[in-house]
Amino acid sequence: MKATNIKNPEYFHKVVDCQYACPAHTPVPEYIRLIARERYTDAYMVNWESNVFPGILGRTCDRPCEPACRRGRVEDEPVAICRLKRVAADNKDDIQDRLPNIPDKKNGKRVALIGGGPASLTVARDLMPLGYSIDLYDDQTGGGGMMKSQIPSFRLPESVLNEEVDYILDMGVVTHFNTTVDSLKEILDKKYDAVFIGTGAPRGKDLNLAGQADAGAHIHIGIDWLSSVAFEHSNNIGKRVVVLGGGNTAMDCCRTARRLGGEDVKVIVRSPFADMKASPWEKEDAMHEDIPIIDNHVPLAFVVEDGKFIGVTFDRVDAVYDDDGRRQLVSTGEDPVLFECDDVLMAIGQENSFPWIERDTGIKFDEWGMPKVDETTFQSAIKHVFFGGDAAFGPKNVITAVAHGHQAAVSIDHFCNGKNVTERLAPGVTLISQKMGIHEWSYDNAVPIDLRYVVPQADKALTLKDRKVEVELGYDLKTAYAEAERCLNCDVQTVFEEIRCIECDACIDICPTDCITFTPNAEEKLLRKKLSATATNLSQDLYVSEELPTHRVMVKDEDMCLHCGLCAERCPTTAWDMKKFLYTVTKAGQ
Amino acid sequence: MSYERPKFRHPNTEINDLGYARQDYEGALSTLCAGCGHDSISGAIVRACHELSIEPYRLAKLSGIGCSSKAPTYFLGNSHGFNSVHGRMPSVVTGAAMANRDLIYLGVSGDGDTASIGMGQFVHAARRNLNMVYIVMNNGCYGLTKGQDSATADEGSRSKKGDPSPFESIDLCALSLQVGATFVARSFSGDRDQLVPLIKAAISHRGFALIDVVSPCVTFNNNADSTKSYDFTREHLKSTGTMDFVPMREEITARYAPGSSHEVTLHDGSVIHLYKMGKGIDPLNRVSALNALEECKQEGRILTGLLYMDPDSKELHEAIGTVKRPLNQLTERELCPGNSVLQNINASLR
Ligand SMILES: Cc1cc2nc3c(=O)[nH]c(=O)nc-3n(C[C@H](O)[C@H](O)[C@H](O)COP(=O)(O)OP(=O)(O)OC[C@H]3O[C@@H](n4cnc5c(N)ncnc54)[C@H](O)[C@@H]3O)c2cc1C
Ligand SMILES: Cc1ncc(C[n+]2csc(CCOP(=O)(O)OP(=O)(O)O)c2C)c(N)n1
Ligand code: SF4
Ligand code: SF4
Ligand code: SF4
Ligand SMILES: [Mg+2]
Repeated sequence: MKATNIKNPEYFHKVVDCQYACPAHTPVPEYIRLIARERYTDAYMVNWESNVFPGILGRTCDRPCEPACRRGRVEDEPVAICRLKRVAADNKDDIQDRLPNIPDKKNGKRVALIGGGPASLTVARDLMPLGYSIDLYDDQTGGGGMMKSQIPSFRLPESVLNEEVDYILDMGVVTHFNTTVDSLKEILDKKYDAVFIGTGAPRGKDLNLAGQADAGAHIHIGIDWLSSVAFEHSNNIGKRVVVLGGGNTAMDCCRTARRLGGEDVKVIVRSPFADMKASPWEKEDAMHEDIPIIDNHVPLAFVVEDGKFIGVTFDRVDAVYDDDGRRQLVSTGEDPVLFECDDVLMAIGQENSFPWIERDTGIKFDEWGMPKVDETTFQSAIKHVFFGGDAAFGPKNVITAVAHGHQAAVSIDHFCNGKNVTERLAPGVTLISQKMGIHEWSYDNAVPIDLRYVVPQADKALTLKDRKVEVELGYDLKTAYAEAERCLNCDVQTVFEEIRCIECDACIDICPTDCITFTPNAEEKLLRKKLSATATNLSQDLYVSEELPTHRVMVKDEDMCLHCGLCAERCPTTAWDMKKFLYTVTKAGQ
Repeated sequence: MSYERPKFRHPNTEINDLGYARQDYEGALSTLCAGCGHDSISGAIVRACHELSIEPYRLAKLSGIGCSSKAPTYFLGNSHGFNSVHGRMPSVVTGAAMANRDLIYLGVSGDGDTASIGMGQFVHAARRNLNMVYIVMNNGCYGLTKGQDSATADEGSRSKKGDPSPFESIDLCALSLQVGATFVARSFSGDRDQLVPLIKAAISHRGFALIDVVSPCVTFNNNADSTKSYDFTREHLKSTGTMDFVPMREEITARYAPGSSHEVTLHDGSVIHLYKMGKGIDPLNRVSALNALEECKQEGRILTGLLYMDPDSKELHEAIGTVKRPLNQLTERELCPGNSVLQNINASLR
């Protein structure tokens, strides 16, 4: 193998599994260490710079970082990255004086944001400090998009949402709420320098089953129902509720139903339980609220007898997988089964819909009605119109919308300044030794064996009574510290300098997880087999040195490294050092 | 700010026939200087014992005094151990071996512990072919007492703070060959590929097995004008050949071109494959080993690898005809067979 080029920032970035997996590349271990040091405000600001909504995300993030977390490879469960973020948000001091200055003198460029969700707000967050004048249009009563209309208050209190939305709106964004944009042309006619479309994926999918027309008012589209609850147009539901669908929307629907009068609430899903789209923790929370999840049931029809809605019938199926792992749901041949209920919530997915974009404006659409958008620049076929968030590539989540927003802001800033829009800024990178003395590092290099701490919840009797009572209580500070200490500090990199190595083998012996091998070089496949412990996780890189005097190379399998620093501790010549690698995505104007 | 070994281990770590991982053969975290050759030798011992699937309780590690003699704390934490007096490890092993011939005895010593204060003990253990592995962690100095020259320091070699040694050095391999050791090898702490199979073969050998391992002292004797430094040793190594050790349990696969390998079967059925042997080196011949050592010395090279072995030697128990059952398992009935037996013995002497 060729020697690893550690000067390429992406090499060490990938070692920080959580940060790498985070769409906005939040420097996770950096803020976790700050939490352990009780520097909550600093921890909050590290987050705010990257992901804009630490308090919101600390409660609701889809957390792609956690399945990626190294701790989950070493033991059963990853670090509770998401809920530690909440600790920073809940315990911070006032941050007003840390927010960026908004120049009084504007730069003369006007930008329109359509939709007030996280994508648009992030664009505003990045462009306002640069002197842009921004108009935001949204059809709701306030900012936040689906974070406001969809994510229920028992998961995300309104105060938390409003606080973080307001940090941005208060920068001087001119808001046009309760304003549905029904013509892109009208916006284009206003001669903005750039337009950003962050209108989300606002249409809930409909099953259109037999009997649906007759069942009428008993059948609801999940996301429409959730927003009518959020905006207090609906405040009750029947006692017996069937929720169709297996994603997170289904989980929010069933739990909301339990709070609005639903006593016998069931989730009924086509697929096997394990294949459901909902996050495991969302499923757990639903079941904890006495909501059974019934899998392998494909809905057939809504049953109406004598003009009265009775329930839904289902075909029972088995999941059959072919050699490629493709799934087919095959009927068991049993008779259809009827689930009686008063109301049905359909939570089977969302779609984009752009009825308000005239097809002759110049925006190009593909065969599925999705706009053609560049994946890096977020530019559409009209040079000064950009898309981001769920509107760009279909429904995802808040953190993805934020990541899009940052990148779209870079493009808009380049565009407005006559720079090349495709140009991306190199990330900010620092690599600094953490050595303080003998046996002393500036990070907590011990690796505690504590298992993941459970986030305490409020009493169910209380939370089920009021949809606004937050279920999760958050970690107390002592638990937060213990959880923070579980983090392995993957950003503190093992950096090898071959010219110093005397090949004493000390590092090989000391490494608790057999990461280090000295061996004659070979191609990667062979090398992976020759290591002290075979390197079977292909998603993790091998760190290969230049050839050493004995014609061997040092090979380190990054997979299981605990970042404990013992290799550097044992090395007599400091050929190994533990260096903190800070990677920051460069934002607009930086 | 911690210097503890994390509890987590690699999930792909190798498990041996007994179901143990290598960590089950580790000891406490070493307190020797970072980069000390002794730690590498400890690592090699751990590997050898793990790969041989030795039940930890079947092995006793014994040592004298010195950094090297401290090393047994840092490996085989589940085995028996005895940290004895300076230079006296061989007598303690002799006693232990007499009492319980069923254990594997692994003596660990330093060049000071062996070639100075313990010299008398060492040669007699070798001469009696005591059934043990005797590893010398040889750094050419008294590491523990701050680096004074030892008797294995080469003439003219200078330690970090010392003067060039005015004396001839003692070659422990040559000496033990002369006094009758039946397995003699030299190695280098920085050459694990050679050292691990040597340790395995030494453990399988019945009789006195010496491995003299050059083991640089990073703190006091790893400077440019020392002949026991990492650099000097690497530059002056010459190996007798390459050796593979195949335990009895494993099927011998034909990995060697016909005629290229020399096989030696040990008493327990395991096999040593010697190949790429240097010209004129025959490890079954004591004279050839002594000559090779002397020639290398003349050339200024350090000869490593298996130098000599006698797979059919008689170890001490056989030589003096002790009972098969370990002494410590004999009961009063066997040890004091009664007056009539005594009378018979007395009568036979009249
Ligand atoms: C029930 C539910 C629960 C969810 N839970 C989570 C969660 O826990 N964690 C998570 O990360 N994600 C969650 N999501 C997904 C997440 O809310 C979205 O991915 C995210 O909000 C998308 O952000 P966005 O900025 O692209 O658009 P959105 O948040 O969808 O905002 C778009 C805004 O534009 C407005 N708009 C649309 N068209 C027009 C128009 N023509 N004129 C004016 N305004 C318009 C919309 O009303 C909306 O306010 C959930 C989604 C649903 C449906
Ligand atoms: C009877 C006695 N004499 C002297 C000493 C002092 N002493 C301790 S260790 C040592 C020499 C150790 O040298 P070596 O065996 O080479 O071990 P190293 O530390 O080099 O590994 C000496 C002389 C002692 N402990 N006991
Ligand atoms: S252990 Fe810490 S730094 Fe490593 S991936 Fe998990 S959260 Fe990130
Ligand atoms: S930091 Fe060094 S010793 Fe610790 S696990 Fe990683 S490679 Fe091994
Ligand atoms: S401990 Fe240091 S000098 Fe020794 S082999 Fe490892 S990197 Fe090289
Ligand atoms: Mg010594």
